Amino acid sequence: MSAEHEVAILGVGMHPWGKWGRNFVEYGIVAAQQALGDAGLSWDDIEFVAGADTIRNGYPGHIAGATFSQALGWKGNRVASCYAACASGAQALNIARAQILAGFCDVALVIGADTTPKGFFAPVGGDRPDDPDWLRFRLLGATNPTYFGLYARRRMEAYGATADDFARVRAKNSRHGATNPNARYPKEFSEADVLASPVVADPLTLLEICATSDGAAAIVLTSMDFARKHTTDPVRVAAVSTITPTYPQTVLELPGFATDASVGLPVPERPFRDAIAHAAYEEAGLGPEDLDLAEVYDLSSALELDWYENIGLCAEGEAERMLRDGDTEIGGRIPVNPSGGLACFGEAIPAQAIAQVCELTWQIRGQAAGRQVEGARVGLTVNQGLFGHGSSVIVRR
Amino acid sequence: MAIKTQLPAIEGWFTMDPDRPALLGSQCERCAAIFFPRETSFCRNPSCQSREFTEIELSRTGTLWSFTDNRYQPPAPYISSDPFVPYTIAAVELAAEQMVVLGQVEPGVELADLHAGMTVELVLGPLYEDDEHEYLVWRWRPVADQHGAEASTRTVEEVSE
Repeated sequence: MSAEHEVAILGVGMHPWGKWGRNFVEYGIVAAQQALGDAGLSWDDIEFVAGADTIRNGYPGHIAGATFSQALGWKGNRVASCYAACASGAQALNIARAQILAGFCDVALVIGADTTPKGFFAPVGGDRPDDPDWLRFRLLGATNPTYFGLYARRRMEAYGATADDFARVRAKNSRHGATNPNARYPKEFSEADVLASPVVADPLTLLEICATSDGAAAIVLTSMDFARKHTTDPVRVAAVSTITPTYPQTVLELPGFATDASVGLPVPERPFRDAIAHAAYEEAGLGPEDLDLAEVYDLSSALELDWYENIGLCAEGEAERMLRDGDTEIGGRIPVNPSGGLACFGEAIPAQAIAQVCELTWQIRGQAAGRQVEGARVGLTVNQGLFGHGSSVIVRR
Repeated sequence: MAIKTQLPAIEGWFTMDPDRPALLGSQCERCAAIFFPRETSFCRNPSCQSREFTEIELSRTGTLWSFTDNRYQPPAPYISSDPFVPYTIAAVELAAEQMVVLGQVEPGVELADLHAGMTVELVLGPLYEDDEHEYLVWRWRPVADQHGAEASTRTVEEVSE
């Protein structure tokens, strides 16, 4: 994509991830104020707020965009709220970007925060037999870790991955996140620790499955012209991919009972997860060879390996080799999840895709003390939201 | 003790044939696309606009694509046994339809008994019960004779007539 379609990340902020047991609005305000401070701006300067909604602790009347605007002090700014499960943050970012590129505003605040209950994510309550997310629990007892377990076992059966490989991913991410001040689990684990943890969904252990966390992340997004008045070399958003799958969807996805049947139909050029990153690369005019780092959605240790292939870091079936060679460790060829990833954070759904972009921004500015990827200039985030919301953001200097 | 009446845990997703149960899909009358769970309002093929569907039975056997288990009690609306008993879940590839379908694996089958590529067949089993009824759901079970299984696989052409 041409530079005229770029916007600047002028400020980023996060409330530390954890299980704090407070209202999500509190976390969001902390992140917003930190992002405003980082940008050298005040709430008065914000013309547009894009909020990524929480459904766990939210309800109509508590919708993110207006809720955060009210908490910061209502002043009649334009506002939008959106929900796309784990991809909500990228959607909010994209909404703000479009407002800026359309010329409706110069300065926007993108914000997401969540408060989560303990344990498995469960569908919203009530008797809802028309909702596939409800039905997969009712008829199959298929939790989110069930799908992660299926993907993990598939790697073992198809590519010869081992439980040791998956443990190695978790151990790597624990080293990355060990000194991250925003991580919920800043603790180093060895492969042996990971393997000794109780199995939740064979072959994955408790330490290899993403927890649910409280947390918040915010970004001050501005036009390039505005940013250049405040800084000489702003970090830029070069692409935001928010695509759906293409029919027939041939890869099993949460919360489905089945893939689409593809008999007699042309199969899409790329499977969904490959297509998510591909759309971002196309928009940015970049490729995987241009990346210095990536933040991928490691809902499980094994899923991180799938992403290596999906975002083009290696060919199908070669992710384990990359990992064993240390390519994705900080100091390696292409560090993945230098933040520590979901393994060290747990998932705060509406904040997570925004947090990925915050990490890239700190890395590209050289401000990721203790986990810095030297010379980082271009990074990619990737993620997907339930029911087919792709999410990938490319950030560059 | 009176024998409980058997009912499907969900209407219209599978046949109740005790010997040869099958999942019920729908097939678009215009483009022949197959859907499970059934699609009956709009064809999801983007190059088709049809609203006419025929009910079809899906292949009763397939090959194991992947599998896992659940060691901890899932939240509602899953109706769990008391005490909770872990269960295995399989993802099964149906050759004729070219799709992967999930299902619990019949109890008693160990993870060590499973490997990708093996042939499994559809059976019915109890998901939960109340005082008068036993609610059945589909399950996957490895076929005893891994070589003779293909004979029971019906093709799409056969089932869609």
